Amino acid sequence: MLALALLAAVVLLAFGAGKFSISPAELWRAVAARLTGAPSGLPAAVETVVWRIRLPRVAAGLLVGMALAAAGAAYQGMFRNPLVSPDILGVSAGAGLGAAAAIYLGLPIAAVQALAFLGGLLAVGAVLAVAGLVRRHDPVLVLVLAGVAVGALLGAGISLIKILADPTTQLPSITFWLLGGLNAVTPADLAATAPALLAGLVPLALLRWRVNLLSLPDEEALALGVSVARLRLVLVAAATLATAAAVSLTGIIGWVGLVVPHVARLLVGPQFSRLLPASLLLGGGFLVATDTLARTAASIELPLGILTALVGAPFFLVLLARGGRGA
Amino acid sequence: MMRRRHCLQLPLQLPLLWAAARVRAGTAQPAPVAQPVVVAQFGTLPAPAQVRRVFAAGPPAGVLVAALAPDKLIGWPQTLDEDARAFLGPRLAALAHTGRLSGRGSTAPLESLLQHAPDLVLDAGTADATYVSGMRRVSAQTGLATVLIQGRIADHAAQLREVGRLLGVAERGEQLAAEAQAAIDLAARLRASVPQALRPRVYYGRGADGLETGLAGSINLELLEFCAGRNVAADAGRGSLTRVSLEQLLAWNPEVIVTQDAAFARRVRSDPLWRSVAAVQTGRVHCAPALPFGWLDGPPGVNRLIGVRWLLERLHGGHAALRALEPLPQAVRRFYQLFYGAELSAQQLRRLLED
Repeated sequence: MLALALLAAVVLLAFGAGKFSISPAELWRAVAARLTGAPSGLPAAVETVVWRIRLPRVAAGLLVGMALAAAGAAYQGMFRNPLVSPDILGVSAGAGLGAAAAIYLGLPIAAVQALAFLGGLLAVGAVLAVAGLVRRHDPVLVLVLAGVAVGALLGAGISLIKILADPTTQLPSITFWLLGGLNAVTPADLAATAPALLAGLVPLALLRWRVNLLSLPDEEALALGVSVARLRLVLVAAATLATAAAVSLTGIIGWVGLVVPHVARLLVGPQFSRLLPASLLLGGGFLVATDTLARTAASIELPLGILTALVGAPFFLVLLARGGRGA
Repeated sequence: MMRRRHCLQLPLQLPLLWAAARVRAGTAQPAPVAQPVVVAQFGTLPAPAQVRRVFAAGPPAGVLVAALAPDKLIGWPQTLDEDARAFLGPRLAALAHTGRLSGRGSTAPLESLLQHAPDLVLDAGTADATYVSGMRRVSAQTGLATVLIQGRIADHAAQLREVGRLLGVAERGEQLAAEAQAAIDLAARLRASVPQALRPRVYYGRGADGLETGLAGSINLELLEFCAGRNVAADAGRGSLTRVSLEQLLAWNPEVIVTQDAAFARRVRSDPLWRSVAAVQTGRVHCAPALPFGWLDGPPGVNRLIGVRWLLERLHGGHAALRALEPLPQAVRRFYQLFYGAELSAQQLRRLLED
């Protein structure tokens, strides 16, 4: 309950803050007008900022933060490893390569997002395919190692494109994209991405009671009547879908998927059925708060990926030092 | 309110090197040119008559050498697609891609540099200590003579003259320098006649979504202030390229939007989100040509000299100083002939000027 109230406060703050100065009274008038259907009498620019710039931005922050945190929590549970983040299977590297290639080819922004999304899915598809071919080792270990290798390969591809790109025009665009940010989110982007994102989150929520079983040895889980391999595949697919959609919308934003589940675990314990909702709330709130900071703290827009690391990592270390029993 | 915001800013910006302490550092007048054009040279420079093969270390140097001495340029430091090559004379259009030697990541290995056997390695553009030390290393390791040239827009006349002398084409250097000086003088006349308060507030959108721009002092946006416009992003401080949000843009509400990205120009004219911006409402959204090189930047070299005339017309159309000049299409045709050895067809000219 408290978490929900906090989240609401963060969202409200995010709506009130920004480069375009809008007073709380104006904001209230815009909202009231929308609720009652009456004209607000506000300048068109104010309406545009509130409904078509800030609303999609805050909504995207919420959704992306939720997706990354939930995917992180799922992956950490699945792989029984606290150092796992949503990009463990190469989603970010694949998305990065797709976006970099699109920028290098001079394609419009919609194509950059589409290629990023496809790149993320293809990367994880490749990892799963490789893992499917190897049958002699522990499947979880194979999956992680294949993810590391494919991620490195795709990272090399990104570097290659950066070297080939025009240093004065394309290279800054690629760099900015890889640093992540919510500043370019439009209502259309959100409408295009949200379904994929939610389609990834829903199975995670529905399967939340079963994820704990994955921490048991495969044979024991099987004895309880759960096909571990199939459950793992569904979870990987869902988490990948959510992460790829998130990354295609915002670029690469690190740390949320790694840190937030840990913080959630410190707060509510390791039961996935409780961990998932906590991660969702915290992830959404954290990203909206960080983005609010990104767009108000300095006179320029700070890349979100840098801020999440800057805020997330020290916070994580403090929690780790004080909690002691986490991770 | 301001004070609180400053307090918030400080701890955040300290670790962020690019924003550093220079944010909010006052107005954005172009810096007076006091530095010599040749910033640094290493190794034994050959006599001008002996310079037959020149390796251009980066894109601005490539355009500079191409304009001055197309026969001496070994190859292009940047990749040029067929579209760009169609706007170059036959000799320049046929040159191979040799890779770049400095800047963000070298793509030309020193061995291939030696294989090309240049008499001189030339770099132009940003000339800070990083680039100076880079040129020193190349010279020390290969024994080749290297020269680093200052490359701001106001330097171009002196740059063409000086490099023309270094390359043994002093006469051509003088001819191109006269062209450059004419553009520089024209811009100076406009700046003198249009007071700061009457200069249009311009947003320069880069990248496919147009939300990349440059802060005050950015070499990529030099032309804005140079052509008597006011860069709206200069309010956010000094620095180089940065990303902004659409909300920030609505707050700035620029009177003119210029870009070099055709996809962004199309988008900005049709996207309802941008409709509230003054420049879009009044139809003052302009897309600068970018073939074979950008008119505004990309690279920030002598290729921008034709952009000066273009941008002055977009910002101050109908100004007396512009009415007395030859028509723009004619100026473009002459510039491409003179600098790139290219005879533009009517269709190519139309394509360049379609805005």
